[in-house]
Amino acid sequence: MTNSNLLVVDRISKSFNLGSVREPVLDQCSFTLEEGRLTVLIGPSGCGKSTLVNVLAGYEGVDAGEVRMLGEPVRGPGSDRLVVFQESALFQWMTTYENIIYGPTVMRKRPRAEIHNDAMRLLEKIGLTEFKDKYPGQLSGGMQRRAELARAMIANPKIMMLDEPFRGLDAMTRDLMQEYFLRLYEERQQTVLFVTSEIDEAIFLADRVLIMSNRPGHIKHVIEIDLPRPRTADIFTSQVYLKYKQEALEVLHAEAVKAFSAGSKAAADFLAGYAAQEENISKQ
Amino acid sequence: MKFRKTIFSATVVRGVISVVSLLVLWEAGSRLHILFLSAVPAPSEVISSLEKIIRNGKFWNDWLASYWRVAEGFIAAQIIGVPLGLAMAMNRNFYNFVFSPLEVLRPIPPLAWVPTAIIFWPTTELSIAFVIFLGAFFTVVLNVLGGARNIDERMLRAAASFGSRKSDIFWKIILPSTLPSIFTGMAVGMGITWEVVVAAEMIAGKSGLGYLTWASYVGGNYPQIIVGMISIGIAGYLSSALIRFVGKKVTPWQRQQ
Repeated sequence: MTNSNLLVVDRISKSFNLGSVREPVLDQCSFTLEEGRLTVLIGPSGCGKSTLVNVLAGYEGVDAGEVRMLGEPVRGPGSDRLVVFQESALFQWMTTYENIIYGPTVMRKRPRAEIHNDAMRLLEKIGLTEFKDKYPGQLSGGMQRRAELARAMIANPKIMMLDEPFRGLDAMTRDLMQEYFLRLYEERQQTVLFVTSEIDEAIFLADRVLIMSNRPGHIKHVIEIDLPRPRTADIFTSQVYLKYKQEALEVLHAEAVKAFSAGSKAAADFLAGYAAQEENISKQ
Repeated sequence: MKFRKTIFSATVVRGVISVVSLLVLWEAGSRLHILFLSAVPAPSEVISSLEKIIRNGKFWNDWLASYWRVAEGFIAAQIIGVPLGLAMAMNRNFYNFVFSPLEVLRPIPPLAWVPTAIIFWPTTELSIAFVIFLGAFFTVVLNVLGGARNIDERMLRAAASFGSRKSDIFWKIILPSTLPSIFTGMAVGMGITWEVVVAAEMIAGKSGLGYLTWASYVGGNYPQIIVGMISIGIAGYLSSALIRFVGKKVTPWQRQQ
């Protein structure tokens, strides 16, 4: 496979003012997004994942380094890089259908009829045809996420970024959403950056997993996931899957230990969870 | 069957009982000369004089006059207040420029403007409309400003990502997301408007429901005072109901959340 780099993140650093102190959030962070591949970014909570997404989207600038899209430096938001947020950012005053057609409508590049057909096809794919005239406030959490996926996909961005899109959904809905999402991805083969803090979700979805360090964040480790597509929940029991999980856990564990010595509650929780996971894997 | 059920629902029955008891107490209090009620005409007197009042064309002219003034002042307040509030929300410099004088003028009660208004405007009619305008204006501006500023940052970011033009952001994002606040401002403003119109008519009017009520007092026609008061209540209620009705129609996403 020839992997052309669509987006290059080149040694970016960023700090925030926390009271009178400068708190570094990203430190010399570098990686690339390869065209047509699904890259998952995983890291401990508070490591700067969301900040990184905001920088790639062009919502926030950097202190040093550069983000390049097809060789051109990123300077602001653009429809070639769309973000699906943690919480729903659907427009509350538009119906599901109106939300989905918003992007192509304001871009004014495609005829209305084509946009309509595309929207109807996507609505059917995500199972929301019956809900097309409902407002977001009338949809369940899972439906809202699906509508938001569709709203981003119809705009056909060069890169789609999803910032913990399934966080806060119950376990059942989350599993369903992951499968919905994979089905859509495997059909369209868009370039995707998917941010999560769940290892299982990361490996299940990814072609490539980028593991982030503690804050100030940078990429600590990259795992190429060589599992066949289309994927189903069966892969969770395969030996290859468990090997990847072990590898990811080791890196995350090392990061958690470092954070733990710095007194982080989240890291303490992770260590407890890690011990349990390790036990499960060795049993299998 | 369904119709009958809603007509005789417990809520409606309780409401009717409450109104009827109030009327009975009032009638009794007026006839038995209990405290201040001795000077107030009994409901029976009011009802018996009602026919004569309603048949008089002047009574309906007073309705029309008040409604007309309210409409003028209220609509002017929307036409100037809504764009002003939106412009203040969109442009920091404009906001800084306009906010201070607005905050100084805002606490002045509309009725305190009556003398200045009469001096300034060529006709009494215009002065009254101006005072009514002021009553609604500040509430409208502050509600629009608050609503437009509270818009979720993620909505603006999402809109920016899709390559929205400035005009798209205004017409498709900021304006609709501010609509509920605009209608809240309208509803509150409408309430103030009726308070102001009645008082202004009492001070300076030659017609209108406020004038009718005051003139009835001066002329010693006590039942007509009550008719005037109740008319003001009904007129105010109808105006607010209209605002609520239109508000619901144009912000359908606010229902059943």
